[in-house]
Amino acid sequence: MDSVLALFSDFTFQTVALGSALLGLISGVLGSFAVLRKQSLLGDGVSHSALPGVVMAFVLLGSKNTEVLLLGALLSGLLATLLIVGVVRHTRVKFDSALALVMSVFFGLGLVLLTYVQKIPNSNQAGLKRFIFGQASTLLQRDIVLMTVCGLILLALVLLFWKEFKLFTFDADFAQSLGFSSKKLNLLLSFMIVLAIIIGLQTVGVILMSAMLITPAVAARQWTNKLWVMVTLSALFGAISGIAGTAASSLVPKLPTGPAIVVCVSSIVIVSVLFAPGRGVLHRIYQHRKNRILYKLEGGEMDVPSN
Amino acid sequence: MEKQQNYAVEVEDLTVAYDAKPVLWDIDLKIPKGQLMAVVGPNGAGKTTLIKAMLGLLKPVTGAVRFLDGSGDIRTLKNRIGYVPQSGSVDWDFPATVQDVVLMGCYGKLGWVRRPRKADIELTKQTLQKVGMQDYTTRQISQLSGGQQQRVFLARALAQEAEVYFMDEPFKGVDAQTERAIVSLLKDLKKQGKTVVVVHHDLQTVPDYFDWVTLINLRVVASGPVEEVFHEENLKKTYHSSGTLLRSVV
Amino acid sequence: MSPQIEIQIIAVVVAVACALPGVFLVLRKMSMMSDSITHTILLGIVLAFFVTHDLSSPLLIVGAALMGVVTVWLTEMLSRTRLLAKDAAIGVVFPLLFSIAIILITRYAGSVHLDTDSVLLGELAFAPFDRMVIGSVDIGAKAIYTTGILLLINLAAIIIFFKELKAATFDPMLAAVLGFSPALVHYGLMTLVSLTTVGAFQAVGSVLVVAFMIGPPVTAYLLTDDLKRMLIVSGIIGAVNGILGYQAAAILDVSIAGSMAVVTGQVFLLVFVFAPRRGLISSLLRRRKQKMEFAKMTLLFHLYNHAGSDEEASECGVDTIPAQLHWDSAYTVKMIRFLERDGYVQLLDGLAKLTEEGRNASIRNYNALFAG
Repeated sequence: MDSVLALFSDFTFQTVALGSALLGLISGVLGSFAVLRKQSLLGDGVSHSALPGVVMAFVLLGSKNTEVLLLGALLSGLLATLLIVGVVRHTRVKFDSALALVMSVFFGLGLVLLTYVQKIPNSNQAGLKRFIFGQASTLLQRDIVLMTVCGLILLALVLLFWKEFKLFTFDADFAQSLGFSSKKLNLLLSFMIVLAIIIGLQTVGVILMSAMLITPAVAARQWTNKLWVMVTLSALFGAISGIAGTAASSLVPKLPTGPAIVVCVSSIVIVSVLFAPGRGVLHRIYQHRKNRILYKLEGGEMDVPSN
Repeated sequence: MEKQQNYAVEVEDLTVAYDAKPVLWDIDLKIPKGQLMAVVGPNGAGKTTLIKAMLGLLKPVTGAVRFLDGSGDIRTLKNRIGYVPQSGSVDWDFPATVQDVVLMGCYGKLGWVRRPRKADIELTKQTLQKVGMQDYTTRQISQLSGGQQQRVFLARALAQEAEVYFMDEPFKGVDAQTERAIVSLLKDLKKQGKTVVVVHHDLQTVPDYFDWVTLINLRVVASGPVEEVFHEENLKKTYHSSGTLLRSVV
Repeated sequence: MSPQIEIQIIAVVVAVACALPGVFLVLRKMSMMSDSITHTILLGIVLAFFVTHDLSSPLLIVGAALMGVVTVWLTEMLSRTRLLAKDAAIGVVFPLLFSIAIILITRYAGSVHLDTDSVLLGELAFAPFDRMVIGSVDIGAKAIYTTGILLLINLAAIIIFFKELKAATFDPMLAAVLGFSPALVHYGLMTLVSLTTVGAFQAVGSVLVVAFMIGPPVTAYLLTDDLKRMLIVSGIIGAVNGILGYQAAAILDVSIAGSMAVVTGQVFLLVFVFAPRRGLISSLLRRRKQKMEFAKMTLLFHLYNHAGSDEEASECGVDTIPAQLHWDSAYTVKMIRFLERDGYVQLLDGLAKLTEEGRNASIRNYNALFAG
């Protein structure tokens, strides 16, 4: 217990935990919309595709400042999204294939650029690779400021356009018929989701970032039937996992932060899917049993077909 | 002159194509105000496409749609046009209650950013009452039956307080009780002078439920009062042969 | 054999071996499942290593392949609860398994000589260092043999079960009726995908396996409709990507696998833009042409219907048509010119008149559009 107390008063830990919590919170909010729009895997695509942008920004601007690298990530994530949408619109290639192709090619390009950068003498490229697996411990105070600013903007936009996002996510055609341009809403919401992904990259890395987007939202969905409760819970689950994962990795030696956060948030999802009241798997099994017993009491045969 | 009649919707030379195939060809349609109109035709005849094109949800290759005696198109008159999409077009597992969905009908009048107010919530309660769903206000939408889902969509459209309604297969997959409820609702709307355009698939009920009918199969086969145009010859043209586009070809 | 030649052989063999099962993934809309499997096999390798303590043990391959199948099973079990969408299920399962693998590797890094970088990112350049020695004779790089066997397995499986795979892919109901269970074919294919991933990751890294599995089939999908041809074209494109990727990497001195992935993307981009019939350019051209054809026909029908009638003057005048058809006048003039050039229309006193040929064309077009 003492070590936990000591940990929470440690400044570095506070910084990292705050960063992870912010990441969980932001991706929890935007992830809810991604999941409800059935675009869960787009996050996976965007985050993998961000890698070449990170390296390119470093090569072109020679800076390792987080905001510069993330700007590169943002641009290349958006470019990948446009490519995916373009391929799907103009050919018969399906969304999942276009996504898998574009993200793996972009990731490959990122690796090519990384190996290229390593050959530049004195380029001091160390630290770029942290974007692959994420390294929460490299979070600086200024990174937290950046995340906070982006996060506040995103949250403000979600609050401002709450009604529109809700309507558009549920029924895009109806939204259009009411005069809310689906095109504009789609663009805005997609951009916000991409931004949420990008600011999480440094902490959990391109490979695991998609989990932060999907998992808290999937967990939150099980506990409620109200959108605002789902979004709030999702933010909460994300933030708690961020802090818990960071704490675990500080207390246990050789426990990487990103994967620790993902295991935390995945545990929440497992608990939710199993135990959520009225919806979870256990509830269903219980209902099923009860029905069977009731049926038997009324004199029915035992081999009631399931479902 | 025909012009003296008041028209709720006027469609002129509307052609819509998906990729290589024309789905609607050169549609000319005039829907008089205050009519209950059924749009009937075989599967793939372009019924849903016609509604979506009239609502501006699809971009036509040629043609124009005007509403309410030509006083404007869908963009300027969107708050006077109501829409009931096919209930299968949305994910009913969306985390929302019946009231949440019905409230969406008020969003058009509110415009961007502004929140619904007490009056809007009052309105949703009234419209839910009209469709007999007042006891389900806080029910999660995934727990509704097909008929109840359809009623919720109708209540949402009523909350739009529109003058012209477009409904895409509102009778699809509903129970007898809901069907009766919808029919009486349609008659109510007519009494209030509203115009309702309904994509319909059950030919037998057309004469009972509607007073105006449009038969389409790629293009308009016939359109007019049910007693005048809803006869075997037109139905044959719609459902069996390709009918006429060029006057003297057939 | 020089290492350069050996690397290229491996690159080609891996690329072809990946492309073959990839064809079915693309057609079955399961591309993202390959992304999931390529991540989770890492856990299979780690767990098998804890059992065998030997990085060259074939059990590692078994463990990894099993984990691939487990991944598919877990994902499907989760999505069958209908508590979440299928894509979300993929996105929940693989990060968890992958995270556990990374944690295990990091925690026991001292005892596991398993480098996450090399598993995920791969390095083909090192492949020739690992030799296959029989007796005391060096018969070439080991990877040539492992990936070669993999290619043979894939080829054999696809040739033997071609009929079943085809039926299960295009018509699962028919397949079930004919007596081969779609589920069995499905898991068989997934086992093949897992095996391929395991065999390929040492050379190209698991993340990029996705590029080689999905890239060539998607490219081939834009070139042909026939399943057999798609398999062959995918194989060829995969091989070309392998060789070009290696050459580019050699010139620029960068990651070979990465460069192969980039070439895969470039080849796809080329085909995407220029492919006959299904490419971007031909699709845009076709749409434009179609729009024009529709417009020409609309005008033809319009003229036909009003020819000789009382309202001809108000319906068919060059300056009245725009109002009738809701076209702007420049567009109308253009369309009339086109019809004039085809010999379908003549201009008389500002009226557009159908020629005999125009009348016939109207009827012909009408029948083509609406007959049947």
